[in-house]
Parts: sequence; structure tokens; C-alpha cells
Amino acid sequence: MTTLILRRLILAIPTLFIVVSLTFLLMRWAPGNPFSNERKIPPEILAELEKQYDLNGTVTSQYLRYMGKLVHGDLSISTQYRNRTVNDILAQALPVSVLLGGLAYLLALMIGIPLGAYAAVRQDQKADRLAMLAALLGLSVPSFVLAPLLVMLFGVKLHWLPVAGWGSPDQIILPVFCLAIPFAAAIARLTRGSLLDVLNLDFIRTARAKGLPEEEVLYRHALKIAILPLISYSGPALAGILTGSLVIETLFDIPGIGRFFINSVLNRDPMMSAGVILVFSAFLLFMNLVSDVLISLLDRRVKIE
Amino acid sequence: MKTFQIVLRTLVQKPWLMLCAGIVISVVLLALIGPHLTGYNYAAISDTSLQSPSFAHWFGTDLNGRDLLTRTLYGARMSLLVAALGTFVSLTVGVSYGMISGYMGGRVDSIMMRLVEILYSLPSLILVIILVATLEKPVTAALQHLWLGSIPPRLVLLVVFLGLTEWLTMARIIRGQTLVLKEQAFIQASAALGQAHGRLLFRHLLPNLSGIILVYLTLTIPAIMIDEAFLSFLGLGVQPPQASWGTLIADGAGAINPIQLYWWLLLFPGGMMTMTLLALNFLGDGLRDTLDPRGKK
Amino acid sequence: MNASPASRRRISAAYILSAWLAGILALALAFFYFFGGWTLSEPADLTICNGDEPQTLDPAIITGQLEGRLALALFEGLTTRNAKGDLVPGMAESWEISPDGLTYTFHIRPDAKWSNGVPLTADDFVQSWERTLNPVTASQYAYQLYYLVNGEAYGTGKLKDFSQVGVKAPDPHTLIVTLTHPTAFFLELTSFQTLCPVYLPGIAKYGSNWMKPPNLVSNGPYCLKVWRLNDYILLEANPYYWRKVAFQRIKVLPTSNATTCLNLFSSGKLDLILDKNSVPASLVDKLREKPYFHANPFGGTAFVRYNVKRKPFDDLRVRKALALAIDKEDIVRKITRAGEPVADTLVPPGNKDYIPPEGPKYNPEEARRLLAEAGYPGGRGFPNVQMLYAKRSTPEQVAIELQALWQRELGITSITLRGQEWKVYLNTQSLIDFDLCLSAWVGDYNDPQTFLDMFVTDGGNNLTGWSNPTYDHLLDQSQAIPDPAQRMKLLQEMETILVDQDMPIVPLYYYVGISLYRNEKVAGFEPNFVDDHRWGALYPPEKKP
Repeated sequence: MTTLILRRLILAIPTLFIVVSLTFLLMRWAPGNPFSNERKIPPEILAELEKQYDLNGTVTSQYLRYMGKLVHGDLSISTQYRNRTVNDILAQALPVSVLLGGLAYLLALMIGIPLGAYAAVRQDQKADRLAMLAALLGLSVPSFVLAPLLVMLFGVKLHWLPVAGWGSPDQIILPVFCLAIPFAAAIARLTRGSLLDVLNLDFIRTARAKGLPEEEVLYRHALKIAILPLISYSGPALAGILTGSLVIETLFDIPGIGRFFINSVLNRDPMMSAGVILVFSAFLLFMNLVSDVLISLLDRRVKIE
Repeated sequence: MKTFQIVLRTLVQKPWLMLCAGIVISVVLLALIGPHLTGYNYAAISDTSLQSPSFAHWFGTDLNGRDLLTRTLYGARMSLLVAALGTFVSLTVGVSYGMISGYMGGRVDSIMMRLVEILYSLPSLILVIILVATLEKPVTAALQHLWLGSIPPRLVLLVVFLGLTEWLTMARIIRGQTLVLKEQAFIQASAALGQAHGRLLFRHLLPNLSGIILVYLTLTIPAIMIDEAFLSFLGLGVQPPQASWGTLIADGAGAINPIQLYWWLLLFPGGMMTMTLLALNFLGDGLRDTLDPRGKK
Repeated sequence: MNASPASRRRISAAYILSAWLAGILALALAFFYFFGGWTLSEPADLTICNGDEPQTLDPAIITGQLEGRLALALFEGLTTRNAKGDLVPGMAESWEISPDGLTYTFHIRPDAKWSNGVPLTADDFVQSWERTLNPVTASQYAYQLYYLVNGEAYGTGKLKDFSQVGVKAPDPHTLIVTLTHPTAFFLELTSFQTLCPVYLPGIAKYGSNWMKPPNLVSNGPYCLKVWRLNDYILLEANPYYWRKVAFQRIKVLPTSNATTCLNLFSSGKLDLILDKNSVPASLVDKLREKPYFHANPFGGTAFVRYNVKRKPFDDLRVRKALALAIDKEDIVRKITRAGEPVADTLVPPGNKDYIPPEGPKYNPEEARRLLAEAGYPGGRGFPNVQMLYAKRSTPEQVAIELQALWQRELGITSITLRGQEWKVYLNTQSLIDFDLCLSAWVGDYNDPQTFLDMFVTDGGNNLTGWSNPTYDHLLDQSQAIPDPAQRMKLLQEMETILVDQDMPIVPLYYYVGISLYRNEKVAGFEPNFVDDHRWGALYPPEKKP
């Protein structure tokens, strides 16, 4: 166990390092220095401004300075918002995105698992086909098609829910729902599949043959094994939710990290982009580690190494 | 070709799948020739802006007076092009990687799969966003240099990088299958006869993987299609006046207001895209049932 | 109890399911409690849509109208404007102007204070104006202080001793300003944000963090309570301000998408939309009939800037060709739709003493001829150029239309569009890092000079690289000339050079202001030429001051 965790952590550090460096260097290399100019700013003032925003020197020296600061937890000043550090901005925007993504994931689990389990139990009957069709539909309608449609219906036509914005509880409902649907669908399919696989396993058949009551069979043994693929899906699911939040935040005008990230790319803000990538990647690597640990805890039989 | 026969038989046996295949093929055909048949140019502005569907404009018009039907079909062309080429990239990389990893086995395999694991856990689309945005100027310059200046640089970037986001699943599956096939008699025999590795891989292994390749192909295409639409929706994909489904849907979504419902701007591109994705996913599921019994329904 | 196996199955299933759902809901509530508290916003009396996230709140360097609105809610100059837009006493309760029009004596009101209770003195003005003029601050608007004696010399770095500049504070409540020429609109300038005072000890203490709440010390009707980027700004009534404001808390939203603004407005989450760019152009015809629609004409022009230092726009024929090929009727009819008048000259109508020149008219054949003469017949061979625009709904649509029009009329296909967020756009524009730029200007005071003095050589707001010594000379002459009619003639000559002869810019259309607000909720918003509506002057109808 400890070897697993250690190994993962050791691998994580160079991965993060590479990803963050790549982002920073690409963004700095791309032409478009905020102070490159054809207007006459006196050179001393230009030098002063550049120094203030850490843009002086060659790209290499900027990079080294950035890395130096990073090790101390300082993510540097954002070049778009000149009086804010990236730390400030992340502190402002992270809670928003965590709330949005967290609630979406919970909703996806809440809808997906019961739906998938129900379909598995009623295999090949009408209920199963209907449920799986719904899941396929949920996977095929992109979130940026579903969200505007729901906004048109619930927001504009019926006036039940607000159309955009963030700040009051009713503004959370539609974004969370739209973000959750594709994952609910995937989880439903996954649950059904893994439950079916498990229910056909030899030892389950043996337990049934021995006369154990159905629900004990189901809930004691099958569920524990069936849940494993779901846990390993949580990694890609969270990655997908992070990515999906970019579009949802844009559509609903939500001031989360996703929107800041997009702006930072469009506005060539290497500090902000690198900071966001760092946070995202670190989070995902961590969640993957957690899920692998959970899997190995839950089933001694599953070998990771 | 055994796979082809299996596929045809499956389609014939299951009419729903035949319908889906039919939908996909018609969308492809419409995308190829449609924009020329409508009588409008996709970028031609006119005075009739924001008209609802009529005989003159079957899908209505957008804010600049451009015919939406033409633009939707042109968008289909863009989306399908990126999806097809991107899948090709993904296929090439994924299959090669998976085959080599499975074939080599041992340490090499373990390292290669470790790399895949790491890449899997990264937010790839987010990295793609950065790559597309920052490499645009150099790629534009490079294309001009190679006298390929008429190809939109964004297209190249999207194809390459989106392809590189989706190859991981393919690689994993192919590697798994390769490991199994490697032990089979005919492969062992060929190896014993002294065949070169290259020949073994491409003449013997590859054809036997074609079934599973086809299945994951039908899953990769919609994945890349959604990715491209996603990026275009955010303004990081194709640029005006070109259209892709993503940009059209973004326009439609942006036009939602409490006074007037411009429903056609959203419904037609969104509906067409959803229909295509649904058909592809359905097809993929159906093929997977037949060709890859291990797969989950 | 002996239940049948089937019902036992069902009971257990229901049991497990509800336990599962309860668990999830509990988690969800925990999430919500933890993170919601940090992100859910505070209530306010009035919510205004300001059009985008402000580039800065430093009044000395602000050039954008949306930043100006915020700055003028936080800071106040010697004079200010009332709801009608008339000039009224601000920090100065009274003033005298010498008969020769060269000396202004302002009397700072005795109870003037900063929002931290520190008294405001005339010296605050002296030091703030020094900061604005100082080349280190790199203020694009520093030229508003060039009317002062030696102002220009100090601003261009020729003079290093500020005590020689024409502003003095002989005692804490008297400010004496001396000008080089009589300037009719100088008093209007004193209400403008560039001439507002800032709290210098705060700047010294916090450095670049001085604008963050709670560090920002202001002297105007409001203080800065919350500034969440891309989320909202909360202004709270300044307890030390010399007047009472009606709305105690104002929430300012940086929503840049026009349809989102309208959606928020119609669902009651927004009370006032001030900027025409925040109203979807395609819906203006329908909105016109609504009771919350208000038209307010003001002096503003949308135009295209060329970068005359870059090929191909260094060639006058190319500039003329593109200018003559724009069907401006098409743009105002299809894209902007608020009944904007087409503009062939820069200075908008509204000043009855000024007669503008004719200006170039739409002429596609001539345009094609000129383009061919310049070496790009039919648009062939035209180099790749980029048009910069601010990524807000109307400018984006205008940009797309212009691109399409130039393709249709001239065959040019190599113009690409580059949309940037407002503050980035302002920065890029200020660095003249573009080939073409979709720009706009709103008058700072009711005189043609506010439009024309931008384009002097190296002017802070010129931003085209264009320089014409005759133009500069005419401006200097016009400032020295006493006869108003003669002066207007000189200004007309200047404009002829600008829009007819050299064409570093192409005027497109004059602004028609639209604001949306419900009459039961907001009052005190009245049309005026400079589109200056101080938020401190707004009030709910039942609380008329």
C-alpha cells in the first residue's frame, strides 16, 4: 500500500512539473508580449513596468524565476489582472467550481447508479431497454446543446429558473443538472454492465444455488465487486467534469476557474494558465491515487502492480 | 474480409442499426455535396437577417442574413472532417502504440502502459486548448512556408491534437488484444519460421485486430466530434466566417433572450449534431456487441 | 413476521436506495454549506450592468467609459454633474474665474473628507495632478492637464520641476489653477475622472494593491466594498461624503454578453442597463415599445482606426479604398439597429455652432479603382491583416459584417478578426498592436475639440501612428484664438484633414444611447451629451431628494 502511494507521488511530481512548464513556456513563447509596443513609452518606464510584472529578461530567466516562486507556493501576478496574484484569483474562483463540480458529480451518482442497477436487475426487459436508451441519449446530447434548450424552456418560456449568473441558490440548479447528465448516463451504463458481469460470476451462482436469499446475494457480494469499475471511472469522470465546467461556466456566466482559464488562454496570461493547469492536474492525479487506493482496499484480489 | 462480412450481417439482422448507418451515411453525403446544392454560399451576408424557416430558407437565417441550412451543412462538413482526420491520427498512434507495447511485453510494455496511465489522468482537453491557442501563429507561418497556406491552421491543430487526446483508450484495448493474440498458434508459428517483426505485426496481427479497431473507431469519431464542437463553442475552434456545428450552436445559444425565441438557430444545428452522435453511438454499441463480446453494453 | 421473498426483496431494495439517496443529499448539503457561503453574493439596493470587467480603477489612467463610470462613483473632482448632466459644485463648493479666463480659484469645501475620515485638502489635488502628468504614470489622458501653464512641458518630461506648473494650493482649502489659454470647457474637465484626486498615502502604502478593497480610499459618493473579478463589484455609500445618496448599496455586474444582460434584466436580477452595447441590437425594434426602454442621445462615434505605420495601410489609396467600400447604411440597418445616423465625419452632431465638413461617401467603384491602383486589383495579393475589436456583442457583429462587406465589394479575403476582452483590447489598442481596430469615442465635454484633439502627433489617444504637423498647428492656433466663430472654422479645417484628406480613421456611425430600467425602480437618469450619469445622482422614485 505504502509503496503504491509513494510510487504514485513520485511519478506525480515530474508529471506536474512537465505539464506546468509546458504551459508556461508555450504561453510565453507565443508572440504577444503585453508590453510589446509601437507607441512611444520611454525605455526606462518600459523596463520598470516589465520588471514589476516579471516579464523582463529572456524567457528562460522568466521561467526559472516562475519556478522558483512556485516552489514557495507563489503563483505570481496575473498579467491580465495586474493587481491580483493568481493565488488571489484561484482563492476566489475555486470554491465556485468545486461547488459546481462536486454537486454535479453527486447528482450524476444519484441518478446513474440506481438507474443502472434497475436496468441490470430487469435485464433485457422493456425497462432495461428504455433505461439504456435514455442513457445513450444522455451521452449523445452534448451539454452545450442541452443547456441552451433547458434554458429556453425553463428560463425563458416558463420563467421557473434563472437564465444565467451566480449568487443565489436557484442559479445553481440548471448548471449542475446540465453538467451532471452525460456522467449520469455513463455511470448508468457502467453500473448496469458491471452489475451484470458480477451477477454472472461463478461464486454468485454458487451462493444462489446454496439458497441464499436474493437480496443478500445482491447487496452483500455483488455490489462490492460491481462498484470497482465505478471507482476507477471516478478519475476520468472528474476530469470530464472539470472540462465540462468550462462550457457550463461560459454558458451560465459563472465566475469559476473554467472561465478564468479560457480568458487566460485567449489573453495570453501564462501565470494564470500555468496556475490553473497545476491545480487541475494536481487534483486529478490526487483523485486517481485515491480511487486506486480505494480499489485495492476493497478488493484484495485486484492487483495494481 | 471477415470483419466486413460480420458487420454487414449484423446490419442486416438488426434494422435499427441499419437505420443508424443510413443516417450517418446520409449526413456524410449531405456534408459533402449539400453546401453546393442549396444555392447559397455559407458566408454570403444578406439583408434578411434572423428570419424563421421559410421556403426560401429552409432552416431560416442568422443575424448576418446567412442561410442556416447551408451553414449547417457546411458545419457538418467541418465537424465530420475534423472527426474523421482526428480519428485517423488517433487510430494510427493508438494502434501502433498498443501493438508494439503488447508485442514487446515485459518491461517495455509495463513502461509504455505506465505512460498511458499518467496521460489518462491529465485534463487533456484543457492542454489541447493551450496548444491550439499558442501554436496557431507558428503553424500558420509553417503552412505558408510549405505553400499550404490555404489550409486553415486551426484545422490542422485541431486534427492533430484532438487525435492525440483520444488515442489512449484505443492503445489500451489494442495492447490487451495483442497480448492475447500473441500466444495464438499461428503467430507463434510465424515467429518460429523467422518472420520479421514488422511483417508479423502488420501482416498477421493487424488484420485480426480489425474488428476491435472498427468498434473503437465508432466510439472515437463521436468523441472527437464532441471535443471539436466543444472547442468551437468556446471560440477556440474554427473561426468566422467558417462554421462548424460548435460555432453554430454557440450562436444559437447566445441568441436566447426573453423577447423573441430564435429557436431555429439552436434547434437545427443542435438537432443535426445530436442525431449524428446518437446514430454513431448506437452503431458503435451494436457493433461492439457483435465484434467484441468482452465489451459492456 | 413472515414476509414473502418477493416483498422482502422489494423492501430491502427500497431501504438501500433511500439510504443511498440520503447519503448523497447529506454530502450535497455539506458541499453547499461549505462552498456556497464563500460564493453566494450579498444583497444590494440597485444592480447595474456595466458592460465588462474594468481594466483598472485608477482615475489617472482610465480611458474607457465603463471604467469611468465606476471611477466617478468612487472619486469626485472639483466639480461634478447632477442628474441632468449640468455641472455643479463637487469637492469645490465655489470658484472664481479671472476676467481673462486664465486663472481659476477653487474653494474646497471645509467638510471634504476621504472615506477613512482623513480631511481632503487642496494639496491632494496638486499631488494627484502631478501624478497624472508625471510621465512615469504613462497616463494616456495626461493631455487633459496640458491646458495648465507648463502642463505640457511637465507631461512630456521636458520640465522636471512640478512647482512651475500652473496649479497651487496656497492653503488647505484653496486651489489656484492657471491656464495658458482661455479654455471654455476647462470647468467641465474638472468633473472628469482624470482630474479627480486620489489618496496618495494609500498608494504609497499598498503599492499596486491600493485598488483592492478594503485598501481603496475614495472621496466620492461610494466606497469599494467587494471586487470579485468577473463576478461583481459592490459599492457602499461613503459615510464621509458631503451629500446623502439614495441607493446605499450598488452591485455592478461585468456581464459583457448583451443577451445575457437582457435575460438578467427581465428576470429581475438586474435593474439598470446603461450601455447600448449591453442591449442586443437585433431586439431593439421590439424593445422600443416596452416601458422600460429609454433612448438617450449623446455625442459618440464608432469608427475604424488604421495603423498607418504598417503595410498596406501606410498607403493612402488603400485606406481610402477600404473607407469608400463600407456600406454604412447596411451596418446601421442590419447590425446596430437603433436608428444610428451614418457617420462620414468624426464629430457627432449636437453642437449648433459647429459645421462639419462633407466627409467621404460610399463609393464602391472608386474604392475598387483605388485598390487596383495601389496594387491589389480585385483584392488579389492583399496582405494578411487583422482587425482588432472588443469582444462585446455589437462590436463583434459589426466586425464580422465589415469583414464580409470588404470581401463582397473589394474581393479581399485576407482580413482576419481578433476579438479580445475589453481590458486586453484597451491595452492592445494603446500599444497600437493592430492593423485595423474597431474603436469608438464618447465626448468628454460638449465641444468638437474633445474629438479632434485626440489625433495630434503622439497624442495619448491617437493610436494610429498618424502625424500631420498642419493638423497640430491648427489645433494650437484654435486654442489661442479668441473669436469662437473663427475657432470653429479652424476646427472644421482640422476635421477635413482628418476624415477627408489623410484618413487615418474611418467614421462609421454616431451612437444612439439606449438604457433599460424600470421607472418604478430607478429615477435620476437623464440624457446628456457626454453620456455622463453619475450613480450618486440616481434615486428610487419614492425617495426623490
